[in-house]
Amino acid sequence: MSRTVSDPLVRLQGIVKTFPGVVANAGIDLAIFPGEVLALLGENGAGKSTLMSILAGLYRPDEGTILFGGERVELRSPRDAIHRGVGMVHQHFRLVDSLTVAENILLGWREPRFLLDLRSSAAHVRRLADQYGLEVDPAARIWQLSVGERQRVEILKMLYRNARVLILDEPTAILTPQEVEQLFRAVRRIRNEERAVLFISHKLDEVRAIADRIVVLRAGRVVGQSSPQASPRDLAQMMVGHDIPVAPKRHLPPGAPVLEARGLDVHGDRGPLAVRGVSLQLRRGEILGIAGVAGNGQRELLEAIAGLRFPAGGSLSFNATDIASLTVRDRWVRGLAYIPEDRLGQGLVGAFTVTENAVLRDYDRPPISRGAIFNWTAAREKAETIVNAFHVHSASLQVSVRHLSGGNQQRLLFGREVLTAPVVLLAMHPTRGLDVEATTTVHRLLIDLSAAGTAILLVSESLDELLAVSDRIAVMHRGRIVGVHPTTEVSRAEIGLLMTGSAPS
Amino acid sequence: MAGAAPFPEWLEVVAIRGGAGMAALAVGAIFLAATGHDPWRAYREMMIGALGSPFAIEQTIIKAIPLMLTGLGVALAFTMGLWNIGAEGQLVAGALAASWLALTASLPTLVMLPGLILLGAAGGAAWAFIPAVLKTFVGVNEIISTLMLNYIALLWVDYMVFGSWADPTAFSFPYSRPFPPQAHFPVLLGDIHIGLVLALIAALLLAGLLQRTHWGYEIRTIGASLPAARYAGMRVRRNVLLVMAASGALAGLAGVGEVSGVIHRIQQGISPGYGFTAIIVAWVARLNPWAVILVAVLFAALLNGGFVIQTAGVPAAIAYMIQALVLFLVLASEHLLRRVRRRRALSQTRAALQVGR
Ligand SMILES: Nc1ncnc2c1ncn2[C@@H]1O[C@H](COP(=O)(O)OP(=O)(O)OP(=O)(O)O)[C@@H](O)[C@H]1O
Ligand SMILES: [Mg+2]
Repeated sequence: MSRTVSDPLVRLQGIVKTFPGVVANAGIDLAIFPGEVLALLGENGAGKSTLMSILAGLYRPDEGTILFGGERVELRSPRDAIHRGVGMVHQHFRLVDSLTVAENILLGWREPRFLLDLRSSAAHVRRLADQYGLEVDPAARIWQLSVGERQRVEILKMLYRNARVLILDEPTAILTPQEVEQLFRAVRRIRNEERAVLFISHKLDEVRAIADRIVVLRAGRVVGQSSPQASPRDLAQMMVGHDIPVAPKRHLPPGAPVLEARGLDVHGDRGPLAVRGVSLQLRRGEILGIAGVAGNGQRELLEAIAGLRFPAGGSLSFNATDIASLTVRDRWVRGLAYIPEDRLGQGLVGAFTVTENAVLRDYDRPPISRGAIFNWTAAREKAETIVNAFHVHSASLQVSVRHLSGGNQQRLLFGREVLTAPVVLLAMHPTRGLDVEATTTVHRLLIDLSAAGTAILLVSESLDELLAVSDRIAVMHRGRIVGVHPTTEVSRAEIGLLMTGSAPS
Repeated sequence: MAGAAPFPEWLEVVAIRGGAGMAALAVGAIFLAATGHDPWRAYREMMIGALGSPFAIEQTIIKAIPLMLTGLGVALAFTMGLWNIGAEGQLVAGALAASWLALTASLPTLVMLPGLILLGAAGGAAWAFIPAVLKTFVGVNEIISTLMLNYIALLWVDYMVFGSWADPTAFSFPYSRPFPPQAHFPVLLGDIHIGLVLALIAALLLAGLLQRTHWGYEIRTIGASLPAARYAGMRVRRNVLLVMAASGALAGLAGVGEVSGVIHRIQQGISPGYGFTAIIVAWVARLNPWAVILVAVLFAALLNGGFVIQTAGVPAAIAYMIQALVLFLVLASEHLLRRVRRRRALSQTRAALQVGR
């Protein structure tokens, strides 16, 4: 695609931003042109979100300038930025749960002074939604929406405010493949209107599919530019500075069964059964992948096995003993580890330090606690062990984990759960939001862990991931397991079909 | 421009917090002047009334004791995210329980005193247990239930002092018969009773509990993230019951201190709202037990100064107004404090980088 040379919409020059203990941006220059999708690639902690937050007026740079059409501008707040035409959709949404879609879109926007003219605004929102193919009901309340729908609301909010530079920070991490397609169609439409879209993702094939231009960041600096024609391998190398070896999968003979579910029924949050009559068997040293579109009962299934949700029917046995009546704690003590999908909300305590988070599971048993007394030295030692063994990058053990980048949070959580070599590991989207290298690291860890005898139940939306590490793949659809196949005997296409429920059973 | 900041960190913290207190006084002064009082004189009188003589200091400490105990109780509940705003009622319930023992049993001092303390703590705990049970088993919001129970406890005092505990010599004044001498708290210095020791022990225990025991870790986790606490297998309901009871017990102790250590009987209005002021004390102290002790003394001084200036025709409400302003400005100063801390950390980061180059 050839582009006539035009003036950039925005130009960032020499942007420097430091946080306590880290330099997030170390002098970045970036020009954003109308009518392009510009992808930012980079490892976890490379400074992508920080740079975008500066452009969106959320952080103020320590040094550097921002030029809009040649004019130097100071962005003091997101409001300033949106008035200049920059809108950002964050990794964590900023919506008011109890309000409707239309109200959220209007909230904080200058147009209505005192009385919201909801009817005409709702019509406007509906028009925008149609125009960009971002379906969502303007009258629905946010809490009723799925994450994908919430993201559409965020995008519509920015379009409603006439954003000319739309920043999407890892928008696809939480989307189903179908939703990704829908998002990409909208992104292309926005680009064709001579607006710019800044797109952040760790998934190289997505970036290659949607971007017109790729900029790679490493350790707070721009280290390269590329066209979407570059091979994933070259891109990965540019990101991390060296080749990333693919984790080799070896298939061991399956061991004895360690976890068995029979006819499991589990209720979802809203009442009806989310898991219907699921039976599965997990053997020592095997990785069983569960494919499926998000929201088909995967979370409820794992929570029921972990002990966070009581099954409405069926049986559950672990090492040949019935565990249906055991608490989460009892199950953990017997060797059932769980990496939940909601890292910061459930698996970690955002306000706690690295040290405090390292002992969330065993805070009340030796060596962390003896009797009633909590031993800080032991806790710090454990945190240090995890930080060293799993390469958690953190300025110190005293940092609140909410200030770690997503990848480092995941490493800490992962390290804590597998440090004790569990008998069974339940892992839900363990590589979501992780960079290419960290993803391969997690894959290698999973494979090594299984080689050491741990049985792993891996839920993922990425077929590549499941095909790369699983011994067998099960597909979940509408709460049921609709097929279990050895990885070597099943094709992508077959799994895809099963995922949509149109199985040739 | 890398370099060490000019002041040590603790000094900045103290300066900013102190500044917030000063600002509260300044706003109070504007209000005083606007209502036709001489702010300088009013403040001087308050200062003298609160700290200007051994007697004044003694009175201030006596008033600080119930603020310390209720403040600690509230801080404990808040740490777990339990919005116990019923310390006032729990204080009164503790006073009632202790009064029952003092007025109905004739026991030697050595049995009576521990009995009063235990029963008072139990009374406060029981009063707090009601909303805890309602919350865990019926899902009733504790903010409403703890608030409502305050009024029930206060009316119960009325019922007792006009009824079976009424002082026959007091005609219809709202107070009970005096306690027998065995039921008087021993004093340490002047009229300062042993409640002060109880409060200091309580702060020590609470600080130790929160930072050095696994139960404390559990309480802090539940307060910081309920889903994470459930994930870790913490028993949330049990902790709601226990922590509310402990919180109420501390407030109950404050009630015992008032009846056995100060007035030696029970009467209407035994507390000028200590249990409510405790909420402000706990917040201003950022839920830190030792800070609660300190803030309680400052607030008691304000309260005491407020009583004194009434005689000069200045409304005592000015003391409450300043307390509210202190809360407001201290919370606002947190923002400033965060910025200062960030700047400090930044300059250290940059200094480290420069060295590293
Ligand atoms: N508010 C903050 N306070 C302290 N440190 C921060 C803060 N925000 C970011 N950082 C640090 O700055 C660095 C860059 O973070 P940033 O979030 O920009 O990375 P990223 O490229 O978006 O990574 P990821 O792919 O994991 O999202 C990281 O080391 C991170 O820990
Ligand atoms: Mg990011």
